[in-house]
Amino acid sequence: MTVFQCVLFGFLIVCAVSVSFSKNLLNSVLIYMSFSLIMSIVWVTLQSPDLAITEAAVGAGITSLLFFATLKKIRAIDTRGEQEEKEVFPGLNEKNIGEEVSRRE
Amino acid sequence: MSKLKPQKEYEKTRSFRFQRWLGGSRDPYVGQIEMQPQTPMEMPELTIQERLRDSQAVRDKVYDIENNKKLNLFRRIYVLAAIVYCAGLAVILLAMVASLPPTGEANRPVNNEVSARYIENGLQETGAVNIVTGMILDYRAFDTFGESNVLFAATTTVLILLHMKKKKNKEGKVEEIESDRLLEPKQDAILQASATVLVPIIILFGIYVILNGHLSPGGGFSGGAIIGAGLILYLSAFGFEKAKKLFTEKLYKGVSFTALTTYCLAKSYSFFTGANHLESHIPLGTPGAILSSGLILLLNICVGMVVACTMYTFYVMFRKGDF
Repeated sequence: MTVFQCVLFGFLIVCAVSVSFSKNLLNSVLIYMSFSLIMSIVWVTLQSPDLAITEAAVGAGITSLLFFATLKKIRAIDTRGEQEEKEVFPGLNEKNIGEEVSRRE
Repeated sequence: MSKLKPQKEYEKTRSFRFQRWLGGSRDPYVGQIEMQPQTPMEMPELTIQERLRDSQAVRDKVYDIENNKKLNLFRRIYVLAAIVYCAGLAVILLAMVASLPPTGEANRPVNNEVSARYIENGLQETGAVNIVTGMILDYRAFDTFGESNVLFAATTTVLILLHMKKKKNKEGKVEEIESDRLLEPKQDAILQASATVLVPIIILFGIYVILNGHLSPGGGFSGGAIIGAGLILYLSAFGFEKAKKLFTEKLYKGVSFTALTTYCLAKSYSFFTGANHLESHIPLGTPGAILSSGLILLLNICVGMVVACTMYTFYVMFRKGDF
């Protein structure tokens, strides 16, 4: 086992632990994605390039995309920030934002 | 209706009543049993404050965490037991791995005559330079066929669960409020520019991986996944309207059905000839050429098409629920 492999295994362990300790679901998915990428490099060093290609395409690509789509579906990705501003200041758009701010000040 | 008896006599017989019951023309319970109309159950609408007060009361009285000593003790023991369990499991697994025979040793149970046969005679018998592809698409093609069918079954389940029919409102327009189309990013210039460059390269690379599955690392599954990823990138950059021109439900059904049937027929032929000790008449070609190794190229293309369509359909179903 070379030093390079040891470093990769260390990264794997760090990723696996931080996935379960991350509070934000989006962060978890991103860390999971990097886990798959590291895993594909590990497969290359273990002389199985077939598995490496599949791991990179499926693990890092498709699975994470499906996770993102699911998170968006269940509204776990926070997109409310933009909408709340509009609710607080009704009738506000990009044109009159300057005068609105100056009037409030 | 009876041909033997007149109608009035026939109406008294059992067979007439059975026929009437079977056809459902008369409900035997109507007029016999007193029936009451169902009243919808009424729930008193609680205000938000009442509900908050209720949950607070439940929290205070039932789960009195601060003063309940048993609960506190149980929680501590629970956390401790969880840590001990995880550590124990890790120790057992590590000890298990440490006691495995070292990699590459000659007398490992893995190094039996099966893998020796694969390595020694794989090139002559399958014609594939890449031994892995020769193994999964020739010696173990039945397993791969099962895997393709599992993927197909998974897509069918996803279609059943997530497929939504388009609702039409009174003006005849398709309602899109609930669909995900309004939430997708509007014409992101950076994403579109990078997708214009990347999508053709990704799809070409996927086709290369599929077509060279018997020569170089890769094969149907990985190449199909790469093509699916390229299609998904195209979809998220340019929206559903443009993607619909390329990929429709009809195309998905046609491609999946054709690919699975071709795979099934091609492998049935080689299984039939192999089981009956007949000559298969499929030339293996020179190893290393792209048109070689018998049926493997065709099977790779079939698997790749099924996988690409499946990945794309998964994403579309998760995003919007309709093609």
